Amino acid sequence: MKPDGAPVSTHALSTKTARRLAAVDRFLTFIRVFLVALIVVGLLAFIWQQFDADNPFARWRNPGARSLTGDQFKGLLISGLSQGSMYGLIALGYSMVYGVLGFINFAHGEVFMVGAMTGFIASDKFQANGMWESNFLFCLALIIVMAIFFSTFIAVVMERVAYRPLRNSPRLIPLITSIGVSFFIQNFVLGLFGPSSKSYPRLPEWLSKQRSILTFEIAGTRLLVLVVAAVSMVSLWYVVERTKTGKAMRAVAEDKEIAALMGIDVNRTIVTTFAVGGAMAGVGGILWGLMFRSVTHMTGFLPGVKAFTAAVVGGIGNLGGAMAGGISLGSAESIAPMVILEPLGVPGVSQLKDAVAFTVLVLVLLFKPSGLFGERLSSEDRA
Amino acid sequence: MNLRTASIPASPVDQDWRHVARWGVICGLVLVGLCLVGMPVELDKRAIIERYLSLGYVFVLIVPIIMGYVSATLVRLEGVENRQQGAFDLVTGFVVGLIGGGLLSLFMVALDSWNLRDPLVNWSPKLFRFLTYENGMGFGAVAWLSTCAVLGLIGASLHVVPALVRRAVSFTVLGLLFLSILEGAIDDLLEGFGLESLADWIYAKKGGLTPTSTIVVGLVIAVVSLVTRGQVKAATTRYREMEGAERQKASMLLFVVVAALCVVLPIFLGKIMNELLANVGIFLLLALGLNIVVGLAGLLDLGYVAFFAVGGYTTAVLTSPNSPWFAPELHFSVTLVFVVLAAALTGLLIGAPVIRMRGDYLAIVTLGFGEIIRLLFMSDWLGPYFGGAQGITNIPGVDLGFATVKGTDPRSVFYLVLVFCAIAIYTSWRLQASRLGRAWMAIREDEQVAEAMGINTVNAKLMAFVVGAVLASFSGAVLAAKVGSVFPTSFMILVSIIILVVVIVGGMGNIAGVMVGSFVLIGVLGGPKQPGLLQEFQNFKLLIYGILLVFMMLKRPEGLVPSARRTRELHQEEFLQDAWIKGDKLDSDDEDDEDDGGAEPSVAPAAMSGGGEGGEEE
Repeated sequence: MKPDGAPVSTHALSTKTARRLAAVDRFLTFIRVFLVALIVVGLLAFIWQQFDADNPFARWRNPGARSLTGDQFKGLLISGLSQGSMYGLIALGYSMVYGVLGFINFAHGEVFMVGAMTGFIASDKFQANGMWESNFLFCLALIIVMAIFFSTFIAVVMERVAYRPLRNSPRLIPLITSIGVSFFIQNFVLGLFGPSSKSYPRLPEWLSKQRSILTFEIAGTRLLVLVVAAVSMVSLWYVVERTKTGKAMRAVAEDKEIAALMGIDVNRTIVTTFAVGGAMAGVGGILWGLMFRSVTHMTGFLPGVKAFTAAVVGGIGNLGGAMAGGISLGSAESIAPMVILEPLGVPGVSQLKDAVAFTVLVLVLLFKPSGLFGERLSSEDRA
Repeated sequence: MNLRTASIPASPVDQDWRHVARWGVICGLVLVGLCLVGMPVELDKRAIIERYLSLGYVFVLIVPIIMGYVSATLVRLEGVENRQQGAFDLVTGFVVGLIGGGLLSLFMVALDSWNLRDPLVNWSPKLFRFLTYENGMGFGAVAWLSTCAVLGLIGASLHVVPALVRRAVSFTVLGLLFLSILEGAIDDLLEGFGLESLADWIYAKKGGLTPTSTIVVGLVIAVVSLVTRGQVKAATTRYREMEGAERQKASMLLFVVVAALCVVLPIFLGKIMNELLANVGIFLLLALGLNIVVGLAGLLDLGYVAFFAVGGYTTAVLTSPNSPWFAPELHFSVTLVFVVLAAALTGLLIGAPVIRMRGDYLAIVTLGFGEIIRLLFMSDWLGPYFGGAQGITNIPGVDLGFATVKGTDPRSVFYLVLVFCAIAIYTSWRLQASRLGRAWMAIREDEQVAEAMGINTVNAKLMAFVVGAVLASFSGAVLAAKVGSVFPTSFMILVSIIILVVVIVGGMGNIAGVMVGSFVLIGVLGGPKQPGLLQEFQNFKLLIYGILLVFMMLKRPEGLVPSARRTRELHQEEFLQDAWIKGDKLDSDDEDDEDDGGAEPSVAPAAMSGGGEGGEEE
């Protein structure tokens, strides 16, 4: 650095920097406009196609355009809702941990997978001795409790072994560690239970049959998923907002040091946070298993990343937001391929479901990085 | 933070016993975990010493040794200050081993009495036979109890015995282990030099060292280790202290030797080893690129595989006659221009949206981009252009006029990779010291301060993405030419994470570290699909990658071969504390740390975490 030439070069640099910044910003604006235009065109084509499948605008990109019936649309909505509620349950864990410790617990998807795996093992045993058919609700309650137990256990051990020693290290270090933890759990489960895909036993007929509620045709399984998700969400809300533990959690999320000065045991509160997040993921795992009926050691990866997306969509640290984010992401994932991509003439849209979810993440971070419902982070994390 | 003094119990021995019990249980759980994952049975196929010892047993036996060693250290650190090492450490190691062996024996009883084969795939009679040495329950239990206890004792005694003995023993054991693990490579090399008789003497026919060679080679290693005691350290110290022209000369010499080895060795190696080297080279190239993005600029790019895919697909489309949409069948060298262009463009496209994001959001979004690119290559939508799930096949090798580089001739592939690696190493080395490189490091350390100092952070970050992308795309191009086909499944997120492990284990921000990392990990354990020297590890390498990643982050985040600057960044607080304790002798401390090459910092976090555990118990 030359001190004598500094003023001139700073000036030159700042204008140059400004110009380059502007170039990147212009590019970003271009991306934003492009994506929005794409979505708007897709939506318009869809609306046109709904009114009249034969008009040239709908036929423009997608010669085979057919208007969706109301039932089809409702079906998409229901599947989006039920899948989204699972994302929401996982997202709660991401959101709470991020709120308290300020890092992405990449291994949270694996906690979810452990829940689903536990559920499989237990329900398989129950089916073998016939209890699954005769006493279904009892079995369901039992496997949910077991999944909650094991998921919580894994989450707490994870915190204790891998994250606690890194409490004060630079931000990216715990994230990288959590990638390692996730890798480890995946492959440990692979080693324990083998690579084959495990399939849950079928739900009893009286539960899984189609019902019609408010003109919505809904499969019993999905209804069960929605009900269990809602119950867990409400109980979580109660714990966080109405109990002393919840108050402590919120206080630690706001400011660890001040919380400690107020007599809150920060370590214990952090463990509780992991435990509660793990429990929610465990419930999510069971629901996943009941709905998709197949679990492998890789089950946790994609739902995990998507649930993080959901947490970001809802505003990280915001619990209601996480649930809402999960539901919006699930709906977007199930509806957007049919509503936006299909009218644009993209073939094989169902393959692009995951790509849609990641695009939602990019879109949210481009337009509103603090999420749809606002972040709730402590001042130090809000960088 | 400093409440620790208050929580030291009145009688340190009580505290210590609880620790001993805890470490014993950990030891047992690790042993049982290893058995349940199926590691011992699977690795039993690989002999270390003919008839006497297999890799499976090594993996089981090494656990109590490590646990004994570690638990003794922690006891030493947590007890009274400056406690003399001695009987207590030995007892600790012994008890830890005993508890571990006891748990393993209990596990054996369970294995014998219940059948849990249904969910646990490795719960098998085979495992039982392995554990009991086919001699029945009672023998197995006694054997494991005594062996584990003795091994724990040995592990702990490493603290107590004189340095000379420790050095000789550890070098001998490690040397023999390396010799047998590298069996494939050494055997191949000796054969290449026409020394088959030596190879036959060292290694048994079915693999593993022969008992006689074990003893003789062990003795040689022990003697050599005693003779060369302190010399390696002295040499590195001397090298570090060199300055100016002298240092340059030494570096030059070192470089020429390594380069010559790289060029000459493959001539003597067989096909399998050359294949291995080619794989190592491909991943080294990737790791060098990621080192720029993560190691220098501090941008955690988890979707790095996207650039790898772009390189591979660009090459495939431009050279293969089977490309479904546009098949100009260009020559590889011409393709490279387009590969660079495509990769740079992708780098800008992915880089621009994420440039302003927080570090952790950046990681997830790049991961998303990596998945999106793979999904797009796989989808029916782009299927007409890139072949969808069928990929693009029939990619010709590189026609050099005098020779053709293709997968059937791994030696030529290795030389091709070597050229690219040389370019990559030269680029990274020059960039590191350049204005841009220093800007990257400044951004890694503190972005806001860097910006305040007048660094154009947006530009620098974009450049990091672009340079990293280009290096990865070279790697992809070589892979396409080597394998002769590209499939979307070759470009899973897994690849990104493995490269990340390589960079982190080797040493972020250090070229030599990255090279060591890729040779050790990719060479020995293997890449995502490519087998390494230890082919039996195929099923466990990802598990080991995971453990390594966590372990390195906890104990040694600067990597095996740390870069001095990065070490200082990561251990800033500890250095400051040390300096404060020693009375503000900051300058002399700094030099100490460099001489030790990170030996000191690796102990410090252990002490800290151990201390934390002790404090939280109360």
